[in-house]
Amino acid sequence: MVVLQQMKHFQVAIIGGGVIGSALAWNLSKYRINAVVFEAGTDVTSGTSKANSGVIHSGINSPPQSLKARFCVEGNTMFSTLTNELGVPLKRIGKFVIAKNDNEIKELERLRNIGLQNGVPGLKIVDGSEVKKKEQNVSCVAALWVPTAGIVLPYQLTIALAEHAAENGIKFLLKTTVNSLKQQHDNRFLIGTNRGAFQADVVVNAAGLNCRKIFSFIDKPDFQVYPCRGEYLVLDKNYGSLVTSMIYPVPVKELGVLGVHITPTIEGNILLGPSAEFIDDPEDKRTTREKMKTLLKEAKEIIPVLPENGVINAYSGIRCKLAPPESGGWMDFRIEESKQNPNLIHLLGIESPGLTAAPAIAKEVTTMISQHIKLEQKKNYKPKKVRRTRFSELSVEQQSILIKKDERWGRIICRCEHVTEAEVIEALSNPLGAQTLSAVKYRCRAGMGRCQGGFCTQHITRIMIEQFHMDVTKLKMHSPNSNLFTGNTRTDTNDK
Amino acid sequence: MINERFDVVVIGGGPAGLAAAVSAKQHGAESVLVLDRNSWLGGILPQCIHDGFGVEETGTSMTGPEYAENYIQKGMQQAIRFMTETMVLRFEKNLEIIAVNKKDIYTIRAGAIVLATGCREKTRWHALIPGTRPSGIYTAGVAQALINLYNIMPGKNIVILGSGDVGLIMARRLTLEDANVLAVAELLPYASGLPRNIVQCLDDYGIPLFLNHTITSIGGNERVEHVTIQQVDDQRIPIPGTEKQISCDTLLLSLGLIPENELAKRVGIEIDDRTGGPVVNQWLETTLPGVFACGNSLQVYDTVDMLAVDAKRAGGYAAIRVVQTHNTAIRKTKPHGVNVIAGASVRSVVPQEVNEGGIVRFTLRVQRPSNVAVLRVLSGSRELMKKKLPWINPVNLISVDVPIPEDVITSGKNIEVIISDH
Repeated sequence: MVVLQQMKHFQVAIIGGGVIGSALAWNLSKYRINAVVFEAGTDVTSGTSKANSGVIHSGINSPPQSLKARFCVEGNTMFSTLTNELGVPLKRIGKFVIAKNDNEIKELERLRNIGLQNGVPGLKIVDGSEVKKKEQNVSCVAALWVPTAGIVLPYQLTIALAEHAAENGIKFLLKTTVNSLKQQHDNRFLIGTNRGAFQADVVVNAAGLNCRKIFSFIDKPDFQVYPCRGEYLVLDKNYGSLVTSMIYPVPVKELGVLGVHITPTIEGNILLGPSAEFIDDPEDKRTTREKMKTLLKEAKEIIPVLPENGVINAYSGIRCKLAPPESGGWMDFRIEESKQNPNLIHLLGIESPGLTAAPAIAKEVTTMISQHIKLEQKKNYKPKKVRRTRFSELSVEQQSILIKKDERWGRIICRCEHVTEAEVIEALSNPLGAQTLSAVKYRCRAGMGRCQGGFCTQHITRIMIEQFHMDVTKLKMHSPNSNLFTGNTRTDTNDK
Repeated sequence: MINERFDVVVIGGGPAGLAAAVSAKQHGAESVLVLDRNSWLGGILPQCIHDGFGVEETGTSMTGPEYAENYIQKGMQQAIRFMTETMVLRFEKNLEIIAVNKKDIYTIRAGAIVLATGCREKTRWHALIPGTRPSGIYTAGVAQALINLYNIMPGKNIVILGSGDVGLIMARRLTLEDANVLAVAELLPYASGLPRNIVQCLDDYGIPLFLNHTITSIGGNERVEHVTIQQVDDQRIPIPGTEKQISCDTLLLSLGLIPENELAKRVGIEIDDRTGGPVVNQWLETTLPGVFACGNSLQVYDTVDMLAVDAKRAGGYAAIRVVQTHNTAIRKTKPHGVNVIAGASVRSVVPQEVNEGGIVRFTLRVQRPSNVAVLRVLSGSRELMKKKLPWINPVNLISVDVPIPEDVITSGKNIEVIISDH
């Protein structure tokens, strides 16, 4: 634990290292500013930001004039430049919203009209045979083709945003939970955390599911958070060619969600999901037998040839909804200054299409911050993030050159995904200081393949212990108390 | 980049790969290379510090490391080339292998390839076990490697799902290291591990085995805090009201093994859904001529002894194929080969094709246990073999030598292997 001689002061403090907090940090890192991100988890992207479909939405699903529509459409157009600067892949694979009967065709028309009003380009309703030409495994009577929809790896995007921000001077404090927030008489904020107290001129509440808790430190909450869990199944890459674009049913209106869809991932897997289930505990990220069955059943309705035994992983993410199921589950984003103090900016109810909206929201909040703090462009800003080298993506010649330079490129640690020791070490040396098994997984993909860490867990562990001098009893899987091991089998002292 | 050529290249230096390599050399291959991605030879054997290896093969019971050492010595004496810490990234239809190690990338041309790539463990998601995703969930083999090779204890209070041999062995191993093994749950009405392991690993230590039980939930957001075990009906559906929550910090999974055939699949070698391994003929040659398969990548064996018998055959056939460079005998009858079908009560059978008459060794796994069983090998209505078996169990791989007359091949009729009561 760090003992602070003098209370640390920041111009801007962002609470929450999800995609929104990280996008804002990244945007602010272009300016001469002293800013910090407080993240309760052991890494950024610990919550909803890592557990979603990774879809860059077009803007056909949010009512015209809403903030969701505005930031989604704007965000979508920003994504090509953004991902290019961050060195993360974006694939605009497009999506089909499919109609199973004539009734649902009306729904397609409704979506197209919303899209047109929101300024979404390229929308086209096509008949089932047209869909079949592109997606031979999908049967439907008609579909709405949405060419601007794309995919990213949501955790990779958030990590790239945060790491690039950190490389450009933004401070990230991981494992730091904000427990109190007070206004001082000098109008600054006093932020109490498990790692001591900090001061800040401007505070941004980007706490996701915990946004109400942060809100209530200063303001009287006029809203509730209704956590809505979505479960996913991940299919083996061997089934990656089942679809080439995203396949969505017409949205489930009653729950304000988009329904179980089939989403290819950047890495070549297929996601099935998400379900939608309102739950009491926002921490309750379990998966359930019922929903696993439902996901497979509903996905099979879209793709009848879907294999039953191709699942290599299941997970859930929790949507931060501000509307209860009774009222349809839909409410707009809330992006507002605190009524008590305009230096506190609340970002509330940022659920889907929050990932798409993130760069646009970051831009908006940056403008809001500039009302309070003079923002000057940084002269030494590094505009491009160096992309992590992936051994598996290189030619044999390039691989050979790397190995001769550094033999660690020639040791394969993750056999399913062909990740080398050099990549694992690079992941563990990230600028945020995140050093869990998940931090490695989300940066270099070791452990994400079909054996799910069966081969590489022990090797990554060995690298952590031998090369990073970490204590075997302190190695974590993901969260602060997710210890991997209890200790050594034998030590000199307990040898009998 | 480094270029090399070998008569026989064995991919995988576990028990199957070692046995195949030694046999290839004995059958006349001049240059034999074994590639393994671990930094050691022997595959899984070095972490199997219990004994019982080699009993059938040599008459002596050895530990895993001893058994492996035996073969490594033989290999050394025969000047087999070993490359460890070397991973095969892919191979092509012309038998050109791309491999990598800390020195460089290698292009290796092979006269014949023997696949001995082993298997991997089924994970939580093969059984679709719902619940949270905390730390403390390990497959039994990973736990075994952690404890025996890396000196790391995965946990203290342990529940094991699945009664496969690795899980049973680990129940005993963990108990010996002062961990508490609270329960072993098995979905089926019978244990999937060998009977001797039930006695020696569970009964001797008073560890309860719950048959017809599965785990229906995992609790704890950070580390495992508890699991729910639940009884299942004869359709393997959990019975409501039978849930029992057990506090623990670790869940070990022994759910079975999957042959590892990503290299084979990539190059288009046909895979048998029943075995999970390549489709092979009686010479253990896959559907890509010149590529042979053995060990747990061909089918999951019960014992290393039985595995080694077949692995030696694969290595031998691979060598013969290379040695008889201009002789296409092995493959010449191929177009007229017949399929072998796993019929009534038979879960899987190897080989899946027979191309030439003669004595053919069949290995098969039955679907369910029985005290009375008759094995029949048929060609249409013609009975090629009938054998009474004392008792059968899916746990035990059965091997039989079947005389196949040449006219069975020319008849073009499938060979069917069936099990019945009489």
